[in-house]
This record gives sequence, C-alpha cells and structure tokens, in this order.
Amino acid sequence: MNILVNDEAREVTAATLAALVDELGLKGARIATAVDGDFVPASRRSHLTIAEGMKIEIVAPMQGG
Amino acid sequence: MKFYGTALSSPLMLGTAQYPSPDILASAVKAAQAGVITVSLRRESAGQKAGQAFWSLIRELEVPVLPNTAGCHTVKEAVTTAHMAREVFETDWVKLEVIGEADTLQPDVFGLVEAARILTSEGFRVFPYTTEDLVVAEKLLAAGCEVLMPWGAPIGSGKGLNNVFGLRALRAHFPDVPLVVDAGIGVPSHAAQAMELGYDAVLINTAVAKAGDPVAMARAFSLAVEAGALAYKADPMAERDMAAPSTPLLGKPVLA
Repeated sequence: MNILVNDEAREVTAATLAALVDELGLKGARIATAVDGDFVPASRRSHLTIAEGMKIEIVAPMQGG
Repeated sequence: MKFYGTALSSPLMLGTAQYPSPDILASAVKAAQAGVITVSLRRESAGQKAGQAFWSLIRELEVPVLPNTAGCHTVKEAVTTAHMAREVFETDWVKLEVIGEADTLQPDVFGLVEAARILTSEGFRVFPYTTEDLVVAEKLLAAGCEVLMPWGAPIGSGKGLNNVFGLRALRAHFPDVPLVVDAGIGVPSHAAQAMELGYDAVLINTAVAKAGDPVAMARAFSLAVEAGALAYKADPMAERDMAAPSTPLLGKPVLA
C-alpha cells in the first residue's frame, strides 16, 4: 500500500492505523494522528483501515512559544 | 487571579522554543520560575523520535503545559491541532492561534472567534492569542473564553507594548477577566510595564531564548514580573504634564 506519512511517500504493509504506528516503530510513543486532515484518536486507530493514497500525519510534543 | 480555576505559581509564562540546547531550556524554565510553559506539536520522525525526548524533558520540569496551535492559518487546522494536543499533552488547555497574516503573524480574529466557539463547546479551556481590540475581546468572551491574550507587538519582534492605550482600555473594560500580554515583549522592562498596567501574566519566548545568556535573562524576567505586579498593587502615582518639586520649597534660604 502506498501512502504518505508526514508528506513522505511510503510503501507499508499495515492494514490499520494502529498497525502502521507499530510498523513505524512508534508503538507506545507520545504521538497523535490525523488521516486526510481529520484527527483520529488513539482509541480509534485500530478501527481505521489504511487505504491507498491516504495522507497520514503523526505528530509529537515539540518546543513551542 | 485564576486561569480557568487554577492559580499559577508565577505570572510568567515561558515558551520552550529556540533555546540553544535542551539543558539551557531546562535551566531557563527553572531560573524564570515559570508558572506555565508553552509547547507545540510537530511531525514525529520514526527514526529520530525527537518528540519523545522533548516529552521526557518537559515532564521532568513539572510545570503545567499550555499547548499552542502555532502556525495554523485556518479554523479547521487549529481545531484539529487542538484535538491532537489534548490527546498528547493530556490537558484541555490550549493557546489558540489562528494566524491571519504572514509578515506580522497577527491573528485572524474572525477565524479565532469561530475556532474558540467550537473548542469551548467541546470542553477546551481556550487561551486565545488575539489583538487588543475590545469588540473582538467581547466576542471571544461570548464564545466561552475566560482568558484573553492580547499581543504586545508582533511575535518575535521584541518591540514591547505597541499600543499601551489599547491594552489599558482592555484592562479597564474587563477588570475580572484574566489578561495576558502574549507576544512582542523584548526586554524585562516591557514585562514589568505589562504587569504595572494590571495584566495578570505575560507570555515570553524569543526574548529569553534568543538572549546571549537565556538563563540570566529568564531570571531578569522573573524579577521584572514580580516588580511590575507589586507596583500595580502599590497603586502608582498619577502622571502629570508639568513638573512638581519633590523637595519642599518652604524654608528654602534666600541666597540670590
């Protein structure tokens, strides 16, 4: 499956967003996710099926003003 | 003054961006005795995991965090970012920024009011980054905000309080609303001035982070905020146009 993760093209095998987070080595990490511009809470990641061309954003705490 | 029911240990809110190193950031937060630190969300790289290291650092500081929606230019972006921040930082506090103009980074106050209405209805405690406009302030309060954060000057400009009259008017119109000068403060005297106007807090980032010695500057801001707050409570003298001698004239010898 070809998708965009944080604007980077990736070929992934994960079937769900939860599996994708695992595949990227971010299991248990302090992150939040959005798919095609919409927030997907952690509790819904395992119900979200990855589809071709999806745009996924994964964010984490960062310095801010 | 309480912010959504919470009394802060200090009226100095400190941003966490642009420090020379994580160690200097941590030392600056301690030197400032910051009551709140602001944080943000950015893309996490699977390889570097920079966000996870930053998360550990801020947890160790044990200072309440205020996540921002910095860089958001639309209501949708800001609202989605707030949702993500609530999950990541486990707080319903959000410093709401909806930026309207790239050069001045001034808020899009129309989008701000709309985003604030959505977020407050969803249980967020919104700290809106706004201008000193009274009408916008009214609308933000009507939208459910219980704190206002007018700018002093454009973000990162260090120009201080560009419209003292406007900030004073805001204070006078909303005596019971917690007010924070957010953005534009460059040196401790600007922060002291905001506190002397009766503001409840100031939010500073670049002025500390970009100082030659951020830790010393953090301490300087801490002292300035304390001095300004004390001065406001002490009820400053009224300004006048003409001189008035402070030394009594009575009893002055005639020597001419």
